[in-house]
Amino acid sequence: MITIHHLHKSFGKNHVLNGVDLSFDQPGITAVLGPNGSGKTTIIKSILGMVLPDEGIIKVQNEDIKGRWRYRNQIAYLPQIARFPENLTVAELLRMVKDLNTAITHDADLIEYFGLQEFLDKRLGNLSGGTRQKVNLVLTFMYDCPIIILDEPTAGLDPISLIRLKELINQQRMKGKTILITTHVMGLVEELADEVVFLLEGHIHFRGSLRKLKEQTGEGNVEKAIAKLLVTGH
Amino acid sequence: MFKILKYSFYDLIRSRWTYSYGGFYLLFTLSLLWLSNDLSKVVISLMNVVLLLCPLIATMFGVMVYYNSREFTELLLAQPVRRTSIFLGQYLGVAGSLSASWVIGVGVPFALYGVFGSPQAANFLMLLFVGVVLSFVFSAIAFFIALKNENRIKGFGLAILAWLFFAVIYDGLLLLSLSMLTEYPLEKFSLIASVLNPIDLSRILILLKLDVSALMGFTGAVFRKFLGTGLGMVVAFAVLLLWVVGPVVGIKRVAERKDF
Amino acid sequence: MKYGVIRRLPYLHTSYLHTSTYMFRWIFISTLMLAGQAVLSANTLRVCKSCPVSSIKAAIQQARPCDTVFVETGIYKEGNILIDKELTLIGRGQPVLDGEGKTEIVTIAANHVHFEGFVLRNVGTSYSEDRAGIRLKEVSDFYVKGNRVENAFFGIYLQKSKNGVIDGNEVIGEAKDEVSSGNAIHLWYCDNILIINNKTIGHRDGIYLEFVNFSTVQGNYSERNVRYGLHFMFSNDDVYRGNTFHDNGAGVAVMYSHRIGMFSNHFEKNWGPAAYGLLLKEIHDGQIEGNTFQENTVGIFAETSNRIVYTKNQFIQNGWALKISGGCQTNNLTQNNFIGNSFDLAVHSAGTDNKFDGNFWSDYAGYDLDKNGIGDVPHRPMKLFSFVVSKTPESLVLLRSLFVDILNFSEKVSPIFTPENVVDNAPLMKVVEPDR
Repeated sequence: MITIHHLHKSFGKNHVLNGVDLSFDQPGITAVLGPNGSGKTTIIKSILGMVLPDEGIIKVQNEDIKGRWRYRNQIAYLPQIARFPENLTVAELLRMVKDLNTAITHDADLIEYFGLQEFLDKRLGNLSGGTRQKVNLVLTFMYDCPIIILDEPTAGLDPISLIRLKELINQQRMKGKTILITTHVMGLVEELADEVVFLLEGHIHFRGSLRKLKEQTGEGNVEKAIAKLLVTGH
Repeated sequence: MFKILKYSFYDLIRSRWTYSYGGFYLLFTLSLLWLSNDLSKVVISLMNVVLLLCPLIATMFGVMVYYNSREFTELLLAQPVRRTSIFLGQYLGVAGSLSASWVIGVGVPFALYGVFGSPQAANFLMLLFVGVVLSFVFSAIAFFIALKNENRIKGFGLAILAWLFFAVIYDGLLLLSLSMLTEYPLEKFSLIASVLNPIDLSRILILLKLDVSALMGFTGAVFRKFLGTGLGMVVAFAVLLLWVVGPVVGIKRVAERKDF
Repeated sequence: MKYGVIRRLPYLHTSYLHTSTYMFRWIFISTLMLAGQAVLSANTLRVCKSCPVSSIKAAIQQARPCDTVFVETGIYKEGNILIDKELTLIGRGQPVLDGEGKTEIVTIAANHVHFEGFVLRNVGTSYSEDRAGIRLKEVSDFYVKGNRVENAFFGIYLQKSKNGVIDGNEVIGEAKDEVSSGNAIHLWYCDNILIINNKTIGHRDGIYLEFVNFSTVQGNYSERNVRYGLHFMFSNDDVYRGNTFHDNGAGVAVMYSHRIGMFSNHFEKNWGPAAYGLLLKEIHDGQIEGNTFQENTVGIFAETSNRIVYTKNQFIQNGWALKISGGCQTNNLTQNNFIGNSFDLAVHSAGTDNKFDGNFWSDYAGYDLDKNGIGDVPHRPMKLFSFVVSKTPESLVLLRSLFVDILNFSEKVSPIFTPENVVDNAPLMKVVEPDR
């Protein structure tokens, strides 16, 4: 469960977030959408404590996260670009992350699931982008966290892995987790999301279910609905 | 922190940069030893080299490692780990692997030539020490600058400028001010000014080994009092330590306030 | 004992050219003297506490010329002992002559005296007279050997004497400053003296020569003398060779003296603001050959010194190997090794007609393409930084810094501040091997 209250953040003169109030207290999948620079990534990074807010309070599982770090074991995070220390092997990276977060993991299942066994002893620097994204996914899903945040999860994945990823996300939804996804792939939103948050210029421009989105905009699919939101927003 | 350090060190110690850096010292020292076959001469040559190379390489390496591990840093930031441990861990990894390259690259050939038990052992240990300290100081400064600047080119530029400042410009300014103030007693001023620059301080530790005859000439009295006694050595080491601690505290402060 | 002298003879024979004629005369006379003693088999007297003769003074009084007085172990407090006869005095078991800090101890005022094997102790400091352990007063053909002088104002003092040998004595003091201490071996207006294998420690000057000509100083060791290890004033045609000067105020000072030969000496660790291995002042026609200058603040400091030849010397790890002050002309520096000095050369004003060709400089960075052993690029041994340090001594702290290297390099490319004519046109690629 995440509560964001009155969140402000600016980078220099650029006001990215202007008093965002947002809470994710229901299980299910929320797609956080918005054009580039609308503040999606800033919100996600604020939740993770990577960006420090100028103003406002963020609570994760009812705990103010300011100055804390242990709460992060409640969150599984998939970063946008997967670049790792080049000289470590996949197995070493996994060992390292497990060393840092000693909760119970399902990495073995996931490795098999994505077919990564043969890459375990390869150096990360020698892996292709897609394979790295798979490693990235393993790292994200191997912990059983109540909150999952996925930043552009489909980047670089082959079709089979994409299907597996969707399965995986659905499985997690079944377990009653709170899942946040940012993506530019509207098909994914259509397929997975229960709810949509649409950000524009640092404000929440829309929040509601997919159905509500379609109804409000009068469009049949998400892509067009979002495009319409953008037009009316300006 | 030590877990991060362990993996960062583990990563760097296998990088080709570390290898080539360590390999360079190994080859350089071996060829010097092979050519001159005289431990003391090689120690002297390396003393001149260490002041130039260790800070320069540490600066470049520190900036490079920071920028190259940006995404990895983000991965770590999302883990339940304290922020400062991540950066201190990475810094110590860089400084540690640089020092390891230096100590092994220079140490192995000397050990093979039997430096321990020769009269050069003390000078040699001083040489190793200076190289390690300079690596720690300058990788910390580089890390600090990189952390402050998201722009890689700016960060690189500033770090090189910082190196240039301590390696050359500082001494130029010092020489200029010394030659303009000749009518004042300058012994203490020059000494204090030198101690404030880590390269100069290391250089003076080396001068005391190589050029003691000249130092006993003019600046002898104050120098001997300051650096020839146990107290002076303690002060010199303490200031060098401060030169490590200062930038590290800077790293910690910036890391705590920075957005990623 | 007498054979000791004879055994030294070939040694004398090899001494410096200028002195040889005098030496021959001396050898002739002393051989005659010794032979005379042996042939005439003069009397011997014994002095000891329980002997019939228990005082040295009494023995001297009883003795006739050419007699030998043996003095046995014991402490003799007899004040000033005057040797006014042609005698041989030999201490057996190191008898001690104690001056109790009040007087000069032995005064030799007769020719042909042989004085050997005594310990002379406690000569008081005096500011009105130059008291000595042993004084030789206007005498000739003497032999002072194997004595030990401790805690003396002056150790061995020769005045207006000639044709004598000071051999294997040790003069050891505890001098703190120049004013309250005298010289260990002091010569004033002397000719043709051999000072050999003595040890002088802790005095004002180790060996001091003023108006001393045609003399040789050889194989001596000087340490911790507050002024100079060896000091020439107004002395000409002398030679010193094979001596070691360690940690004195300055190793050797040669002042207002001409035609001095300086061969195969060691100058070590003369450290301090005014410390030199060798100080040359107002001298000409000297030769400095085969000496080793190691770890001195300044190896050689030369002032107004002309026509000096510096050759086959080793300058190793000195602060400044060679400092040449104003007014030095027609000096020739060749076949020397400059190794690991902080500064090889500092020349204040270039002077004229000084030559620096054909030396080995360890920081020479040129090459030798034609493999003739001589670098193809001339070497400028005078660094810009050396000039800077002479103007601003404190800048010494910047030695070996990158900035200074850059300065030196740019000066090397186009000399502006350093004298144009201080250049070695034929720098050697290899170290000059010392003569063995």
